[in-house]
Amino acid sequence: MKASIGGYTRAETVSHALSLLAEANGAGRLLAGGQSLIAALNLGTTSGDMLIDIAGIGALRGARIDGNRLIIGALTRHADIASDPLIAEHAPLLAKAAPLVAHDAIRNRGTIGGSLAYADPAAEYPACAIALDATIILEGPNGTRQVAAQDFFLGLFETARADDEILAAIAVPMAADGERHVIREAARRSGDYALAGLAVVRRDGRHRIGAFALGDRPLLCEGAMAALDGGDIDGAVAALATDVDPTSDTQASAAYRRHLAGVLLRRIAIDLGVG
Amino acid sequence: MTIRFDDPNRPNSYIGRTVPRPNAGRLVAGRGRYVDDITLPRMVHVAFVRSPHAHARIGAIETGEAETLKGVLRVFTGRDLAEVCTPWEGKLLHLEGMKTPPQHPLALDRACWVGEPVVAVVGRTRADAEAGAALVEVEFEPLPVVTDIRTALDPDTPVLHEALGDNLCFRKANEKGEVDRIFAEAHKVVEASFKTARHTGVTLEPRVILVDWNAGDGEMTAHVSNQAPHMLQLLLAGHLDIPESRVRVVCGDVGGSFGVKVHVYPDEVATAAIAKIMERPVKFTSDRMEAFIGDIHARDHEATGRIALDESGKILGFDVDDWTGIGPYSIYPRTSAVEGLQVTNLIGGPYVFDHYRCRTSVVFQNKGICAQYRAVGHPVAVAITEGLVDKAAAEMGIDPIELRRRNLIADDAYPLTTAAGLKLEGLSHHRSLDALVEAMDYEALRAEQKALREKGIHRGIGIASFIELTNPSPFMYGIGGARISAQDGCTVRMDPDGSVVALTGITEQGQGTEAIMAQIVAEAVGVSPQMVRIVTGDTRVTPFGGGTWASRGAGIGGEAALQAGRAVRGQALEVAASMLQAKAGDLDIRDGIVVDAATGEERMALSEVGRVVYFRGDTLPKGLPRELMQTRHFITSNYPYAFTNGVQASYVEVDVETGFVKLLKHWCVEDCGRIINPLLVDEQIRGGIVQGIGAALFEEICYDGEGQILNGTMADYLVPMSGEMPDMIIRHVETPTEESELGAKGAGEAGTAGAPAAVMNAINDAIRPLGGSVTHMPFTPERILRALGTITD
Repeated sequence: MKASIGGYTRAETVSHALSLLAEANGAGRLLAGGQSLIAALNLGTTSGDMLIDIAGIGALRGARIDGNRLIIGALTRHADIASDPLIAEHAPLLAKAAPLVAHDAIRNRGTIGGSLAYADPAAEYPACAIALDATIILEGPNGTRQVAAQDFFLGLFETARADDEILAAIAVPMAADGERHVIREAARRSGDYALAGLAVVRRDGRHRIGAFALGDRPLLCEGAMAALDGGDIDGAVAALATDVDPTSDTQASAAYRRHLAGVLLRRIAIDLGVG
Repeated sequence: MTIRFDDPNRPNSYIGRTVPRPNAGRLVAGRGRYVDDITLPRMVHVAFVRSPHAHARIGAIETGEAETLKGVLRVFTGRDLAEVCTPWEGKLLHLEGMKTPPQHPLALDRACWVGEPVVAVVGRTRADAEAGAALVEVEFEPLPVVTDIRTALDPDTPVLHEALGDNLCFRKANEKGEVDRIFAEAHKVVEASFKTARHTGVTLEPRVILVDWNAGDGEMTAHVSNQAPHMLQLLLAGHLDIPESRVRVVCGDVGGSFGVKVHVYPDEVATAAIAKIMERPVKFTSDRMEAFIGDIHARDHEATGRIALDESGKILGFDVDDWTGIGPYSIYPRTSAVEGLQVTNLIGGPYVFDHYRCRTSVVFQNKGICAQYRAVGHPVAVAITEGLVDKAAAEMGIDPIELRRRNLIADDAYPLTTAAGLKLEGLSHHRSLDALVEAMDYEALRAEQKALREKGIHRGIGIASFIELTNPSPFMYGIGGARISAQDGCTVRMDPDGSVVALTGITEQGQGTEAIMAQIVAEAVGVSPQMVRIVTGDTRVTPFGGGTWASRGAGIGGEAALQAGRAVRGQALEVAASMLQAKAGDLDIRDGIVVDAATGEERMALSEVGRVVYFRGDTLPKGLPRELMQTRHFITSNYPYAFTNGVQASYVEVDVETGFVKLLKHWCVEDCGRIINPLLVDEQIRGGIVQGIGAALFEEICYDGEGQILNGTMADYLVPMSGEMPDMIIRHVETPTEESELGAKGAGEAGTAGAPAAVMNAINDAIRPLGGSVTHMPFTPERILRALGTITD
């Protein structure tokens, strides 16, 4: 199928992009790496969009330290997330997640901001953001807004970003000494969306678990987290089964995904030396 | 003079060597010419409105809005095209009792599967045509659907085509001996049910056709991505009322076919019909979503099977009941009955036994049409056969290699006719199995498996012996009345400088036909392969032939090329002998030079023969034959098919907590007769194994109970990818066929035939100690855990 769009403009700056978004009257679609949007256009699932290409806005690219937070620009590509030494040191979970995202060709173009804004429940970064207790930074006509990752993801492909806002960056608390980050997922083929996945951060003896492909959004698994904090692996696996809310599709049933989540959690516990 | 194939030092010894592929450079350089690369003056594009319903009556069709859209030129309904194009029925006369209704290029009264083309919209660009298609309104009245195979013939299931009376397309039972008595009395009977999932060929290049109708000449030219240009030529001519000689089908570069591109598709015929009506070039390029709903599907089988053995583990018989759903129409012109038919022929194929029963029931349903896809029926039959053999071995406590040794047909038993009625010329099951055991170091692998088992690592070894049907005679289609040629031809022409052009009816799909033809012609004439230019896929110039299917290119097209090349060599030598006042029999052609056969002394360049023949014929004796262009055709006649054989092994590790299967290694020992190009044969085997692994682990087209396809994109229809593929070790045994001088059989389907069974048996070998087994493909992690009882709800 041929993509059908309403128009295309290349934004020079964030404020330019914001004004283009405003002009588009709700039809504006931000084009960053294009790894989901272009596919959707070619599948005909969206048409008539006014594409606003933000890929050239240099201010939205790269990672920097700001106080005790690592700020990662929305246009930072998966390949850069995987190789940036700042990210490896201060947000190792993201560095470990990046190689799990699709294939090289996609990692060379796709961006972390695009993935977060698209909010595919099977994607890695949203669950990482929740596990990291990260903050999503949005730029809008009324200035900057910061939303906790936990509050950002509202449902299937649905976020707290308003139509006139741009996801500008993700802010991650810098990893402390002894902090542990683990991500595990099960995918049928290398690079596929996971059938189930867990991103886990252990900070000061407390665990935060972000689940992906296990619900209509990335889920913070509070029951399992509490049990894991207490060193109770069986309890954590049992609690996880109710923390998550997977659906069935042609790849796997909800029951299988739920089981898989438990297996992943046990393996992560071994990775972390818990229990 | 015969070729001493066993002497690698013979002159011009190109047959049997890995030589560079003549067309590879062009393709790697991006200079391939696929149909979609072709743009003709006044060319327009067609897009189709396809049925969103699995079964629906077609009411009013409103095209007005589409017709007034800028860029849209014409809109055609089924009735419009029915005026210039006759319908077809995919039937073969020798398949007794077969039924299928007439099929039109665009559905007339009813749409019968999701994706059936209903309206065609022609635009200046594809985007224009699609925009127009989106504006066409069709009144669909949904009708009851048939989706399940096993209940398709039940009295309370709706009948899909009323005029046919029931949903049975074809049924055949193949029976010999006393099956009921043997199974009642046997020492051991083992039973299992099997499913092979509906999947499709997923060619890298989708189907594309560009048809022009030149009203001035009354001639149609179709550029098409296809495997059987002459077949398509005749069918377009027949259904569009054009003399066959006025239809030219051109197949340039083809990006994979696997059987997908050997059939008649309604959207392609519609494109041709529209070109004839509009008197201008019309292009249709299937996109990936259309491919999943428009290309043929295959392998939608459910079967129950039994094997009977005596105390010593000798197989007494097989008893199999196979069911397959083929969609709403039998494919044209090959029919959708052949896959089931092959199952009835191939069950138990490698083994000696006397009692046999296999019945196939081919039923209609409201899903995509199923038809011939690489290794037609073989993976189904091999999975059933080898699944039963391995299960019997496990239950009887006999090593699976040993059980096969006791039952495989002896290498010196040929020729023979099997219980299923197959005539076998010469196979090498035991030599192949011996080579496999050696290649995989079977005993060491078993020891490793045992040692790891104690550490909680579950590995399995699966074996699958198989036979493969190649080099088909007219017994496959011709006797059924289908205008599908089992013979093939080759024309070899020497140009004045001694270089050679060969035109063959066999086609190139990316598999290397042009390479092996160049090798054969080079050796036959006596020039280097670089001096041979191969021309394929143009019905205007190539000898009439069947094209590429059923692993026939090397065996049938190759022999025609060999004989045509040798005929040109003979002519060149006759002229040279006259010029040199020598005897033709004392001369030879080596690397483009006429030499003294005994001493190798150079006598004359071929270019001198060419110069004299073409420009100074006056200097040759009057009446001396001097046709440096010769055509030969070849057809097999002693056997209906040249069967090949082989055996595969798979080594896997099953993660019994997640159900994930890791493919550790794969082996195949295969006997395709004379090997023309070892590298290309190995890659055919490897590519085939990959597609077989796809069947075993990944590929499944899912429909819901309403006949809606659930996974028609590359994101959710999983094809096997390199990351998951194991190393593959390929070995060969060579038992040339005596039907031809070349001795080649086919190699295209062996990998696909055996791999699913080998992987299945390996998984079951791994999980058997835990009390589970899987027989329903693909073996997804979830299905494996369900077999283990880990997941029950």
